[in-house]
Amino acid sequence: MYASAFDYVRVSSWAEAVAQLQELGDEAHVIAGGQSLVPMMMLHYAVPSALIDIGGVDERTIELADDGSLVLSALVRHVDLQHSDVVARHTPMLTQAVRQIGNVRVRQRGTIGGSLAHGESAAELPCVLIAHGADVQTLGPDGERTIAVDDLPVMQLMTTLGEGELITQVRVPGLTARQGSCFIEMARRPGDFAMVNAAAIVSTDDGGMCTAVRLVLGAVGRRPVDVSEAAQPLLGHAIDEESTEAVAAAIAADAEVTPSSHAGVEYRREMAAVQLARALRGAAADAARRRSGTEVVV
Amino acid sequence: MTATRGHFISVTINGRPTDFGVSANLSLLELLRNDGGCPEVKLGCGEGVCGTCTVLLDGEPVNACLVFAVQADGCDVTTVRGLAADGELNDLQDMFIEHAGSQCGFCTPGMLLTVTWYLERHPDADREELRRAIAGNLCRCTGYTKILDAVEAYRDLRRGDVDGD
Repeated sequence: MYASAFDYVRVSSWAEAVAQLQELGDEAHVIAGGQSLVPMMMLHYAVPSALIDIGGVDERTIELADDGSLVLSALVRHVDLQHSDVVARHTPMLTQAVRQIGNVRVRQRGTIGGSLAHGESAAELPCVLIAHGADVQTLGPDGERTIAVDDLPVMQLMTTLGEGELITQVRVPGLTARQGSCFIEMARRPGDFAMVNAAAIVSTDDGGMCTAVRLVLGAVGRRPVDVSEAAQPLLGHAIDEESTEAVAAAIAADAEVTPSSHAGVEYRREMAAVQLARALRGAAADAARRRSGTEVVV
Repeated sequence: MTATRGHFISVTINGRPTDFGVSANLSLLELLRNDGGCPEVKLGCGEGVCGTCTVLLDGEPVNACLVFAVQADGCDVTTVRGLAADGELNDLQDMFIEHAGSQCGFCTPGMLLTVTWYLERHPDADREELRRAIAGNLCRCTGYTKILDAVEAYRDLRRGDVDGD
């Protein structure tokens, strides 16, 4: 319940945070919302020598770019996403996903950039963002660069972010007119760590046939995995129980499933198949709803 | 700016500005319970699981165990004592008594603060939404039913559906 002693400094810009990271060395940690980092510090899993607090920077902008992408400050909090009409319209899976993160206290402080940099494999946002083909803007000692969210996670709590490198912005391509999406999380109780996450984006033609599909499986392995390739047999077919269950079963059979205290490996593999199939059908139904102009409730 | 262990901070607790000297690793929870003189803020798990230590930080609910005191520099903190002006229980607290929403009382401060914040933003919340709002604030006595009865009664009262006395 007591974190080990550390030095603390509050910064007011990204550049200042990068400078402090260089000065304080690789045992220093950046803190934004702190909803994952602080529990780890309290349990002494994380013992940073210093905390550089970027969370006080008042930059929580959600902007819609001309190409239909959402441009989010890394400091946008889960609660900001939850209540944003723009997010619900263009990236409804983000709205679905943040509602299932922790509880009101966690959503009030947790940030999108923090979640991505933390690298928790059961986290909701990386799974959804990979399905959307999102990327992040970073700032580090060598300047700015762009990284696809799919290239960020390596394994549990490990990312490809370099030393002293920070996520400053997230860009999320929005859904197009013919696309629909669905995110499904399976957990023991609402707010618990996920046992299975599944995110699907499906495009259909006027006859309801699948013309494109993106699919991501999260929480079961060491990182969320883009399994879109294995979902391609759906192209040209109706998204129904038979077609989705065949594709989902094949993906689950090949998936890397790590042991967890919440569920055994075989159970999670079976549930991965169930949730992937449900996400695909949910996305197809969403595509049909969006095309018919029915109000989408997420 | 230089990173340091020790910090001088100012926190306004239930409307009263107070200065403290703190170590960076002191949680807001420990500050409130000890030097802050607020033992009504309960320590449950100390690692963000139980919601027992909920306070309002600049009006928004947080787990006080997951905020370092130094991060609250310049902020307003409301504890459950801040709800009872001059020691008079407010309507929400009266409803908890009337509906037996508090048994051992350990989760009650967090429940009262979270519900106060939530109903200000969502005055027409239904029982399911209220259930979600109090999620993560663990109660081991009531099974939540009586808490939700109390909260719904308070919602109706503040909406003017029933006459308060």
